[in-house]
Amino acid sequence: MADKILMKGNEAIAEAAIVAGCRHYFGYPITPQTEIAAYMAKKMPKIGGVFLQAESEIAAINMVYGVASAGKRVMTSSSSPGVSLKGEGLSYLAGSDLPSLIVNVQRGGPGLGGIQPSQSDYFQSTRGGGHGDYHMIVLAPASVQEMAELTVKGFELADTYRMTSMILADGTMGQMMEPVSLDIEVKPMIDKPWATTGTKMARKHNIVNSLSLVPEELEQLNFARYERYRTIEENETMFEEYLVEDADIVLAAFGIAARVSKNAVDEARKRGIKAGLIRPITLWPFPKAPFMAAAEHAKAFLSVELNMGQMIEDVQLATGCKAPVYLCNRAGGMIPDPKQVLQSIININGGEN
Amino acid sequence: MNYKRLTILCGHYGSGKTNIAVNMAYALASQRDHVAVADLDIVNPYFRTKDSQEDFDERGIRLIVSEFASSNVDLPSMPADLYAITDDRSLSVIMDIGGDDRGALALGRLRDAILDEDDYEMYMVVNRYRPLTPDADTTIEVMREIERACGIPFTGIINNSNLGDETDAETVLSSVAYADQVAEKASLPLVLTTVREDLYDSLKEKLSPLLCLHLQAKPI
Repeated sequence: MADKILMKGNEAIAEAAIVAGCRHYFGYPITPQTEIAAYMAKKMPKIGGVFLQAESEIAAINMVYGVASAGKRVMTSSSSPGVSLKGEGLSYLAGSDLPSLIVNVQRGGPGLGGIQPSQSDYFQSTRGGGHGDYHMIVLAPASVQEMAELTVKGFELADTYRMTSMILADGTMGQMMEPVSLDIEVKPMIDKPWATTGTKMARKHNIVNSLSLVPEELEQLNFARYERYRTIEENETMFEEYLVEDADIVLAAFGIAARVSKNAVDEARKRGIKAGLIRPITLWPFPKAPFMAAAEHAKAFLSVELNMGQMIEDVQLATGCKAPVYLCNRAGGMIPDPKQVLQSIININGGEN
Repeated sequence: MNYKRLTILCGHYGSGKTNIAVNMAYALASQRDHVAVADLDIVNPYFRTKDSQEDFDERGIRLIVSEFASSNVDLPSMPADLYAITDDRSLSVIMDIGGDDRGALALGRLRDAILDEDDYEMYMVVNRYRPLTPDADTTIEVMREIERACGIPFTGIINNSNLGDETDAETVLSSVAYADQVAEKASLPLVLTTVREDLYDSLKEKLSPLLCLHLQAKPI
């Protein structure tokens, strides 16, 4: 095989999962992520893995629960309406402290919505997605190469912290084709002494369960989980900064919106406006530090999103209201173009240039 | 290039069939009247020939396509005027078939008419840099699956090996051995190599025949 290959974002996720050692995929087809399932259907049987098209999204997420309990790397993928169906399972995975990888290639909503790209599941993803107190690690790739790299990273983080990692992409990222190198370093698998792998009469049996009969104990489990979340916030936050150091207007954008925003920042700079961009790569934990730092010099922030304004709330929280935060957005499957973003920057700057 | 009445483009999905179909239609429309593009993709609702509708209208190219292509309605549907492809023999048609064997299944509906008339070429579009067709054997495997699905034998190979934006002359040149091998193993001619327009001049002396591709616009 050539050094680099030409892949759709969805294919890159699937192949990277295989590179990461995932041999169990359960899913139910939905546009715009069906290529993940199609790729797994072709590839898994050839490498001794399991591809199973479940009867529903709910069945698929519970199959993920089963394999995760047995300590194996496992994933499912879907798009917005399908991820809602998985909500219960996501909560059970969290309540049982099971590692897994979930992919959401978002489409416009709410409801069945449409099949064009969107980022309108930001709230759902960063706040957990199902019921109860919990988080998922949410990773937001902005290129096909990152779709691959963050998939590997997602599996590693999931195993390390015994929780679900979600790849939060959008229809454009899933469908676009770019050259990719799959020469990605994979860390050695860590031991999972909690997994239900058979006692061989040598240890007490392990129980994987999200039910607690004693409220005091359930409280302690929640406290312990949130201790772990604090460690993740300290150690695993990822972001990219672009021309932020001297910026008067700092854009916040992830995924496809960040690519558009970068173009707009370049155009603004050509016109003498000091614009910059912070691109969160982890949406949870949200990279608060670079926003707090930028708020020391920025006159305004601009959140660029493919939704009605969701991440903007995290930007407001992180900047402590030190500067106004504006929104530049499209919704329902539409993507802001660089001109629209540039116009927003110009308007914030006072309408000149 | 000499075009038969029907030019059928099949291949692994993402191999570049649609861009080639659009460019072949432009080339053909400069030589003939009554040129049509038939989009029979039942797999992918995105990146369809319909994205070039305005250019087709300007050049008088008829587009035979499901009314739901490139829309929010994700229906694997056929064009209402599907049978114009085989019934109206005044048309010269470039046919863009959906990816893999699943996409080619739709073509099977027209098999008898196409084979009876016997005025077609069916080309396998290949890209060495796609993950599931990295060598001749895997490519031939996809070819055979497509033939089984549509019941029509291929008549030639088109080499569209590329790495998207990172494609340079060397990318194309280092795919020649692969394309030759596919052609040899399939006992079919390598009828065409395709390159993006900015690479055409640097490769036209080295590869023949070579089709210059003006790519459909991409989002961001």
